[in-house]
Amino acid sequence: MDKAVSTDKLTKRFGDFVATNEITFDVAQGEIFGFLGANGAGKTTAIRMLCGLLKPTSGSATIAGFDVYRQTEQIKQVIGYMSQRFSLYEDLTVRENIRFYGGIYGLPKTELRRKADEIIQTLELGTVADKLVASLPLGWKQRLAFSVALVHDPRIVFLDEPTGGVDPITRRQFWDMIYEAANRGTTIFVTTHYMDEAEYCNRVSIMVDGRIKALDTPAAMKQAFGVDSMDGVFQILARGTSTK
Amino acid sequence: MMDAIQIEQVSKAFADTQAVSDVSLTIQAGELFGLIGPDGAGKTTLFKILVTLLRPDQGKAVVNGLDVVRDFRKLRPLIGYMPGRFSLYPDLSVEENLSFFATVFGTTIAANYELIRDIYGQLEPFKNRRAGALSGGMKQKLALCCALIHKPDVLFLDEPTTGVDAVSRKEFWEMLHRLNERGLTILVSTPYMDEAGQCDRIALMQTGRILAVDTPGGVENLFQKPLFAVKARDTYRLIQDLRAAPFTETCYAFGEYLHLTTRPSVTAGTIHGYLTGKQHEFVDIKPIKAGIEDSFMALMQDHG
Ligand SMILES: Nc1ncnc2c1ncn2[C@@H]1O[C@H](COP(=O)(O)OP(=O)(O)OP(=O)(O)O)[C@@H](O)[C@H]1O
Ligand SMILES: [Mg+2]
Repeated sequence: MDKAVSTDKLTKRFGDFVATNEITFDVAQGEIFGFLGANGAGKTTAIRMLCGLLKPTSGSATIAGFDVYRQTEQIKQVIGYMSQRFSLYEDLTVRENIRFYGGIYGLPKTELRRKADEIIQTLELGTVADKLVASLPLGWKQRLAFSVALVHDPRIVFLDEPTGGVDPITRRQFWDMIYEAANRGTTIFVTTHYMDEAEYCNRVSIMVDGRIKALDTPAAMKQAFGVDSMDGVFQILARGTSTK
Repeated sequence: MMDAIQIEQVSKAFADTQAVSDVSLTIQAGELFGLIGPDGAGKTTLFKILVTLLRPDQGKAVVNGLDVVRDFRKLRPLIGYMPGRFSLYPDLSVEENLSFFATVFGTTIAANYELIRDIYGQLEPFKNRRAGALSGGMKQKLALCCALIHKPDVLFLDEPTTGVDAVSRKEFWEMLHRLNERGLTILVSTPYMDEAGQCDRIALMQTGRILAVDTPGGVENLFQKPLFAVKARDTYRLIQDLRAAPFTETCYAFGEYLHLTTRPSVTAGTIHGYLTGKQHEFVDIKPIKAGIEDSFMALMQDHG
């Protein structure tokens, strides 16, 4: 079976600055993969290349077997993406956002309606379905954005800090949704700065200054560094030399 | 000791939401005070009132002895404010942003460099980069430097560490403690409960109201139910099974373990029996004392 993600020396330069530096790794289909790293380590840059949104400077990568240089259209069909800042239209209503995204992926009208009803019901957004997304609390927006990223049943979903700034209960509800999607076979590629969330991943990588410095299961990493939490591992590894 | 911030029965409504509801709170000079609560709780509205950007509908707020409505001109230079959402000029460089904020307050980067050295040092290699091209966490660090550069007496930080990595977060809080030791009063909101634990006192806010004000230890002691940390091989199934269990009140993931709140007088033995009955392997159960996150989540739920 194809790997969900496979990269070889994937690199991105901005002028002289190397944001992502020869990263090589694989993610298996169905895995929850935690993509960790300090601020500026190059995570968002890497994700944008993997989603076919940013052309790599060198190296190669495939997503579900599709090439990130040449097959960006096919990649778009098999992935969902939640960007770090925000991926919904604030001035559209909840229902309109779902229809809009479903429409992009060419879902037929009846399917769109069914999906919209299903998402609104699952997230218990019935009372706000026709309100502007701008008026919703952040946690609701993030859960909606996740559902919208899954609207076309992608094989892989990229989540760039989906729980940043989200309160403790909503953060956990978000992870319940991640677990459910993973349980249905969706590959999850997620970044986070909450180290307790790193524990929920099957494997995690830690990026420092554009490079992947460690990649393993949380248990193996904790053992290798002789600490009892992923926060402990991160504190040891993550501080690079130039990028802070 | 003098009060740095006095809030008396402050309320503020927008079109159809009561953002802040009859809030009263006193923060002493030199305190490091935390404000926690879910998004939409009214924290940002309260911040905006205190930093003179919004007028309360009712009530009164005094910062450093100055009324936030009447004396706002005098008050402005004495406070530093870091808004939750991005407050920088994306087309200006890192250094230009900082000197802009310094100039507005009639000072220079050099004059107060000491205050920001720890964080700004990390950004200096990139000082000519456009702020818009910084990573999420780098932007937060720059915004904090901008809020500090005029050496305020009272610092208002609205979720300053959202998006900041775990190492920088630790450094950031070490720096807050140092600023605090120099006498700066700090009011900070945060979604990170480990940070709340580092404050002198914290207030829990939800739907515009303050639910509790206490020291971190005091907040932890509000939690009264039996609490267990539970682990087994298959975490996903473990959550499902525990949530369906007759003895369970709540079950949430907490890093490597799940935290399980149960009805009174449930023992580890009962839970163990139930789980082995469901074919769970490598089951590990231990009674634990509630942390601030457990306590906060319970409070949120009780009032939700
Ligand atoms: N368009 C650009 N031009 C110049 N530099 C850039 C550009 N985009 C990103 N960078 C730089 O590349 C580096 C990596 O940025 P990136 O956003 O990938 O980091 P990140 O790992 O996602 O960090 P965070 O955890 O803070 O979100 C940073 O130093 C950033 O300033
Ligand atoms: Mg990023």
